[in-house]
Amino acid sequence: MTTLTLTDVHIVDPEAGTVTFGALTISQGIIQQVYDNKTNPFRGETGNIIDCKARYIAPGLVDIGVKVCEPGERHKESYRSAGLAAAAGGVTTMVTRPDTTPAIDNPETLEFVTRRANEAAPVNVLAMAALTKGRAGREMTEIGFLIDAGAVAFTDCDRVVTDTKVLSRALTYARALGALVIAHPQDPGLSQGAVATSGKFASLRGLPAVSAMAERMALDRDIALVEMTGARYHADQITCARALPALERAKNNGLDVTAGTSIHHLTLNALDVADYRTFFKLKPPLRDESDRIAVVEAVKSGLIDIISSMHTPQDEESKRLPFEEAASGAVALETLLPAAMRLYHADLIDLPTLWRAMSLNPARRLGLDCGRMTVGAPADLVLFDPDAPFLMDRATLRSKSRNTPFDGARMQGRVLTTYVAGRPVYERAS
Amino acid sequence: MSFPHRHLLGIEALRPEEIKTLLDLADDYAKLNRQPDKHRDALAGLTQINMFFENSTRTQASFEIAGKRLGADVMNMAMQASSLKKGETLIDTALTLNAMHPDLLVVRHPQSGAVDLLAQKVNCAVLNAGDGRHEHPTQALLDALTIRRAKGRLHRLSVAICGDIAHSRVARSNIMLLGKMENRIRLIGPPTLMPAGISDFGVEVFDNMSDGLQDVDVVMMLRLQKERMDGGFIPSEREYYHRYGLDVEKLSNAKPDAIVMHPGPMNRGVEIDGTLADDINRSVIQDQVEMGVAVRMAAMDLLARNLRLTRGAA
Repeated sequence: MTTLTLTDVHIVDPEAGTVTFGALTISQGIIQQVYDNKTNPFRGETGNIIDCKARYIAPGLVDIGVKVCEPGERHKESYRSAGLAAAAGGVTTMVTRPDTTPAIDNPETLEFVTRRANEAAPVNVLAMAALTKGRAGREMTEIGFLIDAGAVAFTDCDRVVTDTKVLSRALTYARALGALVIAHPQDPGLSQGAVATSGKFASLRGLPAVSAMAERMALDRDIALVEMTGARYHADQITCARALPALERAKNNGLDVTAGTSIHHLTLNALDVADYRTFFKLKPPLRDESDRIAVVEAVKSGLIDIISSMHTPQDEESKRLPFEEAASGAVALETLLPAAMRLYHADLIDLPTLWRAMSLNPARRLGLDCGRMTVGAPADLVLFDPDAPFLMDRATLRSKSRNTPFDGARMQGRVLTTYVAGRPVYERAS
Repeated sequence: MSFPHRHLLGIEALRPEEIKTLLDLADDYAKLNRQPDKHRDALAGLTQINMFFENSTRTQASFEIAGKRLGADVMNMAMQASSLKKGETLIDTALTLNAMHPDLLVVRHPQSGAVDLLAQKVNCAVLNAGDGRHEHPTQALLDALTIRRAKGRLHRLSVAICGDIAHSRVARSNIMLLGKMENRIRLIGPPTLMPAGISDFGVEVFDNMSDGLQDVDVVMMLRLQKERMDGGFIPSEREYYHRYGLDVEKLSNAKPDAIVMHPGPMNRGVEIDGTLADDINRSVIQDQVEMGVAVRMAAMDLLARNLRLTRGAA
């Protein structure tokens, strides 16, 4: 049994809400001991000891909503490439989306992707399955079989189940099995054809736009159905101020409701689209600055539980088109942590709160043991330097698709080493 | 004379003195166009390609005549019938054309921003002949020249733009241009055809014609697209005409010498009364068409001068 010891390190503990200076030991894939003191008990000892030079260690990120394009569009992203990107980004658990071609809506497809994932990816991969067959919103999938095959949540991704009867039955059935349902709150009528958030900028650029109200309307509907059925519900991305009071009410009423948001909606706004830059075309579209600030505050207060990368690979051909025709989405596994550091360096959100949203809360929501810095927790960890500056160059990304809105951006925060079950799966060349 | 632009993609990028430069030159060309010998050599040796991804008769004809009068070799490409149907992307089309060394590319496209995208990929000067709901700069410039000639100035005028603002690139370019030249802009139309956040554009918004037209110097009508007429945005054609169609009675709210404009093609009896449109004392609609050629000659002339300068330097 080998024991790995990390000394002289700042330890980010999202459960305790603290950053302490100390050391920790890892063996058998779990955290064995944590020393939160200034004196290093290992000084002078030899063996497998790493001096972390006052860098930071935190639980590895748990990213709900990663798109890996297998099956169907492996040229955009495979489990291998996504896994390498995740490791380089400090993401130790990827929770993958079922919006592939075909959709992951039956146990056989789920078993195929799980096998592919375990062969190819150096990090933990957990799969979500579709809520309805073909994500068509008509018939529910075999939720029971899919749970047996390993599905951790059920979602039709960016497609909204418009038929309330279908959704209410799916929620009722899912509740009996304790399954988590993840929805994309966006009123389909209002948002049809829209590629931007309505307002001055969209009007100036002449882009078809949707009011942020479409998000609140859909969330209101979903919450009513959750109240009716008692299901476990998570909203994938809450991105505007108007949706927050509804979310708060639902939580205060004791419903089993949580919400996420994307790192892009926390760090960018509608104006970043500038001259029709399609790498900034997202779903839902980027919002006004006032919405961004409101959502940052909601993450800080805990009203929004989870930050995701919403990693969505798109190849050049899908993006080099007029804005309306271009595909939506951005890759973000490797930029999640440095982008989150923007919030830290701007004094908006501290490190334990960020890790609560990027690691502890998503792990808890899925019933996982990770996301914690305590003795006995899995040693899924990320060692990082929150201050290291760099110029983002998309050519360096490990994803097969390199559609990042941060290309050319000045960023701070580098992942140095990523550990999964105590073993390094990524080490930054020094 | 300074017009430091490689392309003419929109009014947004132009400064007031550059607009004035262009209009002054267009004024000269307007005079030329009334001579029996209309030919000049400003574009001699240059190749102009008109690429229209969306139907157009008048704008395309106007650009073609403008190019020919200045001696360019002009070619028209009707792009709906062409390679896009075969699955070629806009950028591939642009690169293919670029390899044929055109000097001036006149582009109309149904999607906002498509002309900007194309301009990034070619070596020639690109003129936006209308992209989606975004901009239609030569239309705004010809409207400005028409107003300046009719009113003797292009500032401190009260201008009403009426109708489907939301889907109109003509409205956007005009709001931008008239704003830059320090005019007072009023937008009139049903709220369903008003874009979100429009009040932040430095304009006054009205949903009632008689209030909106009060004491204006210029009344600019917009075309109502057929596909907006059926229940989606307005209840019916006849209700629209009743509430927003320009007739003599509604026009009586404007100044007695107010001029009436329309970018064409007109829907008589939908947005404008036919007799009023033909009234040579009020309507400057035919002058707009005439100024269109002059403005496009000026725009291409200025861009060609820059083109020759940069190539000479290289």
